Amino acid sequence: MTAAAAHTPSAYPLDRIRADFPALAQQVRGKPLVYLDNAASTQKPRQVIDTLADFYRHDFANIHRSVHTLGERATARYEAARETVRRFLNARRAEEIVFVRGTTEAINLVAQSWGRANLKEGDEILITAMEHHSNIVPWQLVCRQTGARLRVAPIDTHGELILEELAKRIGPRTRLVSVVHMSNALGTLNPVKEIVALAHARGIPVLLDGAQAVPHLPVDVQALDCDFYAFSGHKLYGPTGIGALYARHELLEAMPPWQGGGEMIRTVTFEETTYNDPPFKFEAGTPAIAEAVGLAAAIDYLEGIGWEAIAAHEHDLLEYATARAGEVPGLRLIGTAREKGAILSFTVDRVHPHDLGTFLDHYGIAVRAGHHCTMPVMDFFQVPATVRASFGIYNTRQEVDLLIDALKEIIEVFG
Amino acid sequence: MLDDLRDLYQEVVFDHNRNPRNFRKMEDADRTVEGHNPLCGDRITLYLKLDDGRIADVSFQGQGCAISTASASLMTEIVKGKTIEEAEHLFEAFHQIVTGRDDDLKLEELGKLAVLAGVRQYPSRIKCATLPWHSLEAALKGEERPVSTE
Repeated sequence: MTAAAAHTPSAYPLDRIRADFPALAQQVRGKPLVYLDNAASTQKPRQVIDTLADFYRHDFANIHRSVHTLGERATARYEAARETVRRFLNARRAEEIVFVRGTTEAINLVAQSWGRANLKEGDEILITAMEHHSNIVPWQLVCRQTGARLRVAPIDTHGELILEELAKRIGPRTRLVSVVHMSNALGTLNPVKEIVALAHARGIPVLLDGAQAVPHLPVDVQALDCDFYAFSGHKLYGPTGIGALYARHELLEAMPPWQGGGEMIRTVTFEETTYNDPPFKFEAGTPAIAEAVGLAAAIDYLEGIGWEAIAAHEHDLLEYATARAGEVPGLRLIGTAREKGAILSFTVDRVHPHDLGTFLDHYGIAVRAGHHCTMPVMDFFQVPATVRASFGIYNTRQEVDLLIDALKEIIEVFG
Repeated sequence: MLDDLRDLYQEVVFDHNRNPRNFRKMEDADRTVEGHNPLCGDRITLYLKLDDGRIADVSFQGQGCAISTASASLMTEIVKGKTIEEAEHLFEAFHQIVTGRDDDLKLEELGKLAVLAGVRQYPSRIKCATLPWHSLEAALKGEERPVSTE
């Protein structure tokens, strides 16, 4: 076992994993790169990069309705990717998986298709105070279009959702509950099973924003019993521009199309158009074909490591980082929920997050400094911004040490 | 400290960040402008008092990073007593230097402000340095609506 793996529980193949990610083996400003911006986007393993390159080299053509060999090959790969995503989320059938650009597009799809068809003046959409802007703004848009209202369940000072307050806000006019599975700014893991049960007891469907959750834990949409689940490929070690929306089949069948074009139709005349079945009804135009194939490669890669091993490794990193953060004078953790994913969001007395971000970059350490597209969360904690170190499958305890040591040095310089 | 950061984080910057000059509310200001950088959450309130075409007094409050705080502090020092035309000329010169548009840096013209020239190497941080100046420009033009860098 080498130094990098020395502190890792059991036989987690950390060195082999790191070797799979070419981008990690570089120097930034003369220092080895320490990539701790995984909640924004993850680096890509060669298995994904090679899949993309090989697909473009050998199998690429436009999909569906092709009579030629490459078209058939590409279609088979694209539909096999859909099956991989189905297996990944444990959906009942592949038709319940709609390929989209990412989580943001998935939520907009639900807001514009399901929302416009089902919301009337005075109806309510219930979200939480820890949502990413992408689970706020699409609802504000559809509220403006339909006269519906957005309601918000509060969080406490640990960054935990106050479940009783959410329950209180589920009323006769609630039409949808839309909640983040894991908070990108705080790391909080929400009790999504309980939330679904609460809403379903009143016959209300639930959307889960899984952008942050899917890279860290296994998701089973049947066990969660959610109605919609959205995630992005690029945070899951896959390509940008591809993600998926899971939706229960009967919901998808009843939902109207939200974008028109090729692929989503059955017949078109100038007088009338009939639509294709789900999921194709929601995939107008040529989709991100290679990216879907690349996403499947990322999922295969992660399943090869194993979700239990990933969860244990990242939990160890979070525990270690949280403990060591206590040594840094003036450091205040933002987000101290009991159930947390591997995200460390913090401020430091007298040093602005952006100065910290610029200084850390000079140590080769990539973190995010800002509001993390969660301005209401920043307002709640009364901070303009935080520094966020977010961990992934390839991070090490040594990298946590480098972060902590760098923070101590920087604080000294600022005095 | 890391050597390559010294170009940007000079001792003058640390000094003005720790002890910003003219950091106070001005009760009898002629003009007050709110500046905001939504990207990083920096906020500045700029207070201005004019007397016969001259900046009789200028002060600021707010919260921001070291670059924006030092930039605001240095700005208030240098523009106090200047005519509106002189202040606008300084803004123009400062803007060209921090955005890297002016290749033959007229640093001597800027005096102490020149310490911020290093920000041109950090594209994501340029707006930190220019936010106070955009706020000043708005105040000089008598614009009362908030200034945003976005």
